[in-house]
Amino acid sequence: MKKLGFISLVLVVLVNLYSINLASADEKLRLTGSGASFPFPLYSAWFKNFSKVNKNANIDYQAKGSGAGVLDFINRTVDFAASDAAMKPEEIAKVQGGAVLLPMTAGEIVIAYNLPGNPKGLKLPRDVYPDIFLGKITKWNDPRIQSANPGLKLPDLPITVVRRADSSGTTFVFTNHLSAISPEWKKGPGAGTTVNWPGSDKFVAAPKNDGVTATVKQTPGAIGYIEYAYAIGAKVEMAELQNKTGKFVKPSAESGAAALATAQLPENLIAWVLDPEGEKAYPIATFTWMLFYQQNATPEKAKILRDVIEYGLTEGQKLSPKMGYIPLPDNVVSAVRAASKKIQ
Amino acid sequence: MKVFEEALTGEEISGPPSKSDYLMDRSFRGIAMLCAWFIIGVVGLLLWEIGYKAIPAIREYHIGFLTGITWDVNKQVFGILPEIWGTLYSSFLALAIGGFFGVSMAIFLTQDFLPARLALLFRTIVDLLAAIPSVVYGFWGIFVVIPFIRPVADWLNAEFGWIPFFSTTLSGPGMLPASLVLAIMILPTIAAVSQDALRQVPYRIKEAAFGLGATRWEAILKVILPTASAGIFGALVLGFGRALGETMALAMLVGNSNQLSLSLFSPGNTLAALLALNFPEAGEREIPILMYAALVLLLITLAVNMIGTAIMSLSSRQMRSGK
Repeated sequence: MKKLGFISLVLVVLVNLYSINLASADEKLRLTGSGASFPFPLYSAWFKNFSKVNKNANIDYQAKGSGAGVLDFINRTVDFAASDAAMKPEEIAKVQGGAVLLPMTAGEIVIAYNLPGNPKGLKLPRDVYPDIFLGKITKWNDPRIQSANPGLKLPDLPITVVRRADSSGTTFVFTNHLSAISPEWKKGPGAGTTVNWPGSDKFVAAPKNDGVTATVKQTPGAIGYIEYAYAIGAKVEMAELQNKTGKFVKPSAESGAAALATAQLPENLIAWVLDPEGEKAYPIATFTWMLFYQQNATPEKAKILRDVIEYGLTEGQKLSPKMGYIPLPDNVVSAVRAASKKIQ
Repeated sequence: MKVFEEALTGEEISGPPSKSDYLMDRSFRGIAMLCAWFIIGVVGLLLWEIGYKAIPAIREYHIGFLTGITWDVNKQVFGILPEIWGTLYSSFLALAIGGFFGVSMAIFLTQDFLPARLALLFRTIVDLLAAIPSVVYGFWGIFVVIPFIRPVADWLNAEFGWIPFFSTTLSGPGMLPASLVLAIMILPTIAAVSQDALRQVPYRIKEAAFGLGATRWEAILKVILPTASAGIFGALVLGFGRALGETMALAMLVGNSNQLSLSLFSPGNTLAALLALNFPEAGEREIPILMYAALVLLLITLAVNMIGTAIMSLSSRQMRSGK
């Protein structure tokens, strides 16, 4: 008798769960997206807050990586996608009904280092750091590094370069920047989501931003490029880089915003800040894009998407600096708002 | 003979199988056959699927793919010799370390060195190692193993740098930390299967050895181990197969750098890590190339298992023929 009672209890619970599910499926609109992992912490915060206010919408975002996001977007298996490398013109051409690419937030790529005694404020001139990543400068006490840092006593330690092992938007932006400032880099490894790094046993690779961060933190004499958001999260030392005007600039939300302010946004809103002008500009900054369809399945979906964008442009931007992202400049915000009207 | 004939005609003891017996037998046989063929079919399908997708890359890169040492997506130059080398080298190192400790542990736990309860506790702990996720091993490697072996590696490089195995300094991730962690990962497999093999040695054989005046160690090394050798060898082959295919921990620890080096401290790369790290963002052009690499890994694993099985059957035949 006891057993029967238990079974009927389970049944009642199950039936209830089922009906709740049915009810919510009727009312809630589910949107799915996939793509870039770099803005994932920010986007997931946005979507969570947005769903709290708009109880009728539920947004899932999978951080699969920019390349996978673009593929999903072309194959129409998602409602939107995100990519650090935007989309190539031939990829955009493959999207039926047209694509709208909107820069939604921005970030910086920092050069993190690990030296004995944790000296702060290492300065790297713009002719030096490409040579480090080319494997031409191999010791920390190399005269070219030492002369830029008279206040620091640099050790006689080999430089271990840590790079991304997987193909990534971070590598894409970083190598594009190096190609812009160093002709030798452009001829050698070049720019791309993965490149052929110099063959040396002092070059090691780790997967994802966290992998590179952990490896830099654990290896005395290591240097590596990571997203600013991860660097402040892990409290690693970040180098000051020399910008186009010759000033050494620390990575921060302000110096990143100064870099983005120089961007000239064209009609399609795809612009790269490869080597920004301006005394206060940090040299390696980039937008990251969300990808939308011009023609969506239903007008309701399109409306929710436009609402999400509006939320991201207003409330969402206030969250950015705390989480290590750069708020969009005002002119970009209004350009994105205008372009979002194309989503129907 | 007469008894036998009587038994055949006796109705209670035996008779022709009834229809349901027959049906049961046939259907069980059928299902068993189906399952066996299904497994073979899955392997075949896997090979066909990967091979089919790899065809464009095989046509374009031929055998040069196996001997090339550059992997450059932008220039469309692909070669996986460093990955093949790294896969085999790291797996052999792991097998050497993990095999030694695994078999020693199996002897320790089965040959009455410990009270039964304590042995059970040890066995459970070793089995527990198998349940730890690969990523956790990876982080443990980065945060514990690498800092731990760094001073030793630096000293070996400084004092014995002329030996090819110690010819480079350890920058962090590299073959040695990867192999050490890999050895711990394959340890439970080797220890568990070896224990089974050792436990299957008939007690009489052990008793006979003691009866002939053998000491404990003589009995273990000269009688018990050789008797269980086929099973232990099977354990090693299984462990090696697991080492070849291990992905995440290696991707985090091996350094993913295309190096062909004998040095234990040099970074390297493995096929499984290459596949895992490049698939998520692979474009249409790269997928056939990665499939080609996957095919190579699959064939290496198949070859290792086949050689292992061959040696095993050979050695057990020798045992039986009294050598």
